[in-house]
Amino acid sequence: MAEQQASPTLKAGQRHEVSLELNGRQVSGWAEPRMLLSDFIRHELGATGTHVGCEHGVCGACTVRIDGKAVRACLTLAVQAEGSKIQTVEGLAAADGKLSLLQQAFQRNFALQCGYCTPGILMSLAHYLETNPSPSEQQLREVIGGHLCRCTGYTHIMAAAVEAAAAMRQAG
Amino acid sequence: MKPAQFDYVRAGSVEQATALLAQHGARARILAGGQSLMAMLNIRLAEPALLIDISGLGGLRDIRIDGDWVEIGAGVTQAELLAWPALATELPLLALALPSVGHFQTRNRGTVCGSLAHSDPSSELPLCLALLGGEVVLRSQRGTRRLRGQAFQTGMLSTAREADELLLAVRFPRARAGQGFAFHEVARRHGDFAIVALAVSADASGATLAVGGVADTPALCKLGLDRGSESSGAELDAALNAFAWEMGGNDDLHATARYRRELVRRLAPGLIAEALQRRASA
Repeated sequence: MAEQQASPTLKAGQRHEVSLELNGRQVSGWAEPRMLLSDFIRHELGATGTHVGCEHGVCGACTVRIDGKAVRACLTLAVQAEGSKIQTVEGLAAADGKLSLLQQAFQRNFALQCGYCTPGILMSLAHYLETNPSPSEQQLREVIGGHLCRCTGYTHIMAAAVEAAAAMRQAG
Repeated sequence: MKPAQFDYVRAGSVEQATALLAQHGARARILAGGQSLMAMLNIRLAEPALLIDISGLGGLRDIRIDGDWVEIGAGVTQAELLAWPALATELPLLALALPSVGHFQTRNRGTVCGSLAHSDPSSELPLCLALLGGEVVLRSQRGTRRLRGQAFQTGMLSTAREADELLLAVRFPRARAGQGFAFHEVARRHGDFAIVALAVSADASGATLAVGGVADTPALCKLGLDRGSESSGAELDAALNAFAWEMGGNDDLHATARYRRELVRRLAPGLIAEALQRRASA
């Protein structure tokens, strides 16, 4: 294994610059080592579409895409995201504000009530439907099962997910 | 909640990581996928002074076949192992169990070795390691050693890893012809912590049942062919009953110990039959 340059220790209690790509834009902010990526995105970068729920990986509200993969922002340190490409719910719609096919399906099916869990679910499905364009209902249930929604009873979310998968297949 | 303060260093090599572990010992923790450790930090069950991030080390990201073994490096995520094309033929038990390890979103980041190092009594990967007779590879500045799964996991969230050791890889024995496997988990929600997780391996000599979520570590029950093949016999029921009592178990928010033992008695016979049948058709 090639010996790489040893990185300097980032000291506790001090703020360190973190640069990353957020929804296609190069941005940077400052973070102590202990700052969670969820808090960094919201408070340092000002993108408050990512929500914070349980902060131990269970509820899924903070789910974002890091280098394409849907992951929990609360179980990732901001300093770990240095140099990565992050996509949040703000990055789903087109530049002109037109909602993505996935978002349109959620809107059509009333797949949200209070909307707290919605950004996380959208980010999970956005990744999952890329890896598996023709999912079974059971597979979609398991992906959505990684999120807690206390309003909808999930029925409309499932309907939206099934419809979004079909719409995305059709659009190619 | 938010983590307490710590220093953070991105390791440039395994050597640098083990040097830091030798220097800081139990005050340091290794961070790979963070899907167990970050939750522990957030609820302040762990308050290390230093986090050593090994997630950027390319040399730890390999899944490779080494003779009769499959070796999985410390950086390999659960999602990467699940997507490994040879998984169903080389490690059929893991192909059955991995979809129950956390959720899609946590498997994308959580590592196989991290789950083993965390050593939760209800988690699936330590259960598979114990049942298959796999081993972990521990590296320190003092050298490298291998430990069998059951010797490695010593109790609830505790392992035989010394404070200066890095869990470098895990090795599972490759499936052989004539083996059959089955896995089943009971949880409130798919992907949540198992109330009870059961795994069975079967071959010509009989079946072995492994149970997680009841005792502090995975428990094994070896059943001879005469008992194992009679999947609903009174003798099997008696053996499972004795095994269930031996495990004891604890009550918690999700289930009583009594309920957990009953799940083992009720679910094991069908699962044993399934593994024996797969053995025959393999």
